[in-house]
Amino acid sequence: MEDALLARRALARQRWARWLAHAALGLGVLVFAFPIWITLVGSTHDAATIGRGDVPLLPGGQALENYATAWNSGGGTLRGNPAAGMLLNSAIMALLIAAGKIAISLLSAYAVVFFRFPLRMAAFWTIFITLMLPVEVRIIPTYQVIVNLDLFNSFTGLTLPLIASATATLLFRQFFLTIPDEYVEAAQLDGAGPLRFFRDILLPLSVTNIAALGVILFIYGWNQYLWPLLIINDRSMQTIVVGLAKMIGNGDSQNEWNTIMATAVLAMTPPVLVVVLMQRWFIKGLTETEK
Amino acid sequence: MATLNLSAVTKSFGATMVLHGIDLAVADGEMIVIVGASGCGKSTLLRIVAGLETPTTGHVAIGGREVTRLEPADRDIAMVFQNYALYPHMTVAQNMAYGLKIRGTPKEEIARRVAETAGLLGIEPLLARKPRELSGGQRQRVAMGRAIIREPKLFLFDEPLSNLDAKLRVQMRGEIRRLQQRLGVTSLYVTHDQVEAMTLGDRLVVMHQGRAAQVASPMEVWARPADTYVASFIGSPAMNLLAGTLAEGGAAVQLKAGPLLRFQDGPRAGGDGRPLTIGIRPEHMLRDGEALVTVALDLVEPLGSETVLHGKLANGEVLTARLPGMVPAVGSAMPLAIPAEALHVFDAETGRRLDS
Repeated sequence: MEDALLARRALARQRWARWLAHAALGLGVLVFAFPIWITLVGSTHDAATIGRGDVPLLPGGQALENYATAWNSGGGTLRGNPAAGMLLNSAIMALLIAAGKIAISLLSAYAVVFFRFPLRMAAFWTIFITLMLPVEVRIIPTYQVIVNLDLFNSFTGLTLPLIASATATLLFRQFFLTIPDEYVEAAQLDGAGPLRFFRDILLPLSVTNIAALGVILFIYGWNQYLWPLLIINDRSMQTIVVGLAKMIGNGDSQNEWNTIMATAVLAMTPPVLVVVLMQRWFIKGLTETEK
Repeated sequence: MATLNLSAVTKSFGATMVLHGIDLAVADGEMIVIVGASGCGKSTLLRIVAGLETPTTGHVAIGGREVTRLEPADRDIAMVFQNYALYPHMTVAQNMAYGLKIRGTPKEEIARRVAETAGLLGIEPLLARKPRELSGGQRQRVAMGRAIIREPKLFLFDEPLSNLDAKLRVQMRGEIRRLQQRLGVTSLYVTHDQVEAMTLGDRLVVMHQGRAAQVASPMEVWARPADTYVASFIGSPAMNLLAGTLAEGGAAVQLKAGPLLRFQDGPRAGGDGRPLTIGIRPEHMLRDGEALVTVALDLVEPLGSETVLHGKLANGEVLTARLPGMVPAVGSAMPLAIPAEALHVFDAETGRRLDS
């Protein structure tokens, strides 16, 4: 009798705990997802509905028109830029930044971990302390350098300053340090030179790390705002994040919120796709090492 | 197949001297086991032969060719590592073929040798697998295969069995020995396990604090250890070492523990009273005989066919004995005899063996 009562109480407590957990999760989802939902819904109404100040919570019927406008010509007759071109520009920039950062940090981490040369640790610390200097802090000298090099309005100028990366170098260094010396020695006995070892053994072992870092760096590159804003003023080279911000006017004229939101949805899609498609690799790279 | 010659090899890391001049001549096809406690420099010596370390002074020659300054890859050697060091992203076949591939061996030749080596080691069904899908013993075999396939002049083994469980270790030990004899490749094998050393080696190098304490065949090392370190390192349980002094004009030893033992193989040099260390193996102790000592037992380990006794003598010295059959329980005192014909005589100060 007594035990039956205790068992019932335990069950009730478990049910309550589960309910609480789900409530907390649901709240979290709501907080994160609601703005996105508003954007999605906004991209399916006509300009007037949003212009009136109503915030509709249910989708309207203008989706196709809005996305077609955003894709082909952009919103805001004067300011608008077709999203198609801007997406392409963003994709090129993000890919160049991710690939460049990975290439340069793989090589520098390889040098720092596997070779003994004078000033090795000095080199490492020099790379390391640049962590304390984000793009924004050194933006004026960087701008000066890029302009002097005549790289204004070019993809080189856009991506090069963002490629030098202490974070990625540090992460690869930590990973390389976990690789047992025996692999290096076995490769030496097999007759593999430094580049051979890098290509045949180190790179394949780093694949999951490269994938995980690639995802993070792609999103980092995609979301760049300040630097592209400064270095690109040719409309045809505009990236989507900058273009999106420029679509919102200064109040002189009506904003075409429906097109802006459609463009925002388009701007969100590639990073989401990258995360979804790379998820398996991404998690693998962050959690497990193949040794 | 080749000889290996080390002459006056030393190695220091900064101010620390790890090897104090090692000389060693290994004959063609011989299997040499370098054995010693951790930190004795045995791995460093192997790595110097491999070319993974450079000696501070001294020379290494393989097959008569001076290789001291050559890269590991140019020495025509192969090594089996303690943790196998199989490349985790390559299949067994790729692991074995990698060294040949780098050397530019033709594809058909590689395929033929992989198949041949896999057959030799009985690992054909594993060729397409990745190392993580293999058991410890299988990885061990693949690591051997990677060494064999290169048909090197010299095999180097760096404690290759220490990651295996006891049963597998015994089995692989036998396989390594059979394989080495069959291929007839000169081999250098490093281990801290004296049973491995005794069973595998044509000759042993017993290392102690960066020096070769003794270089001899396993039976020689066991029967005539060069010093007290070798005496207590080789053999299990370890040899008993008892204090004594020379007596009767060099013809006998007066043990501190009591008995006077006459040397059976002739007198030792020196005057009466010269301090000696007398070694006697636990398995040579007898239940009764002439020179009796009384042992206060504090631990009895029955092993089935025999019993290991640990105890103290009246003067506080520790004594171990291994006797056949069953033996009384802990706490009792027991008389044991020291047979004079099984004595090892060492100088008490230098620890060196004294022969008649």
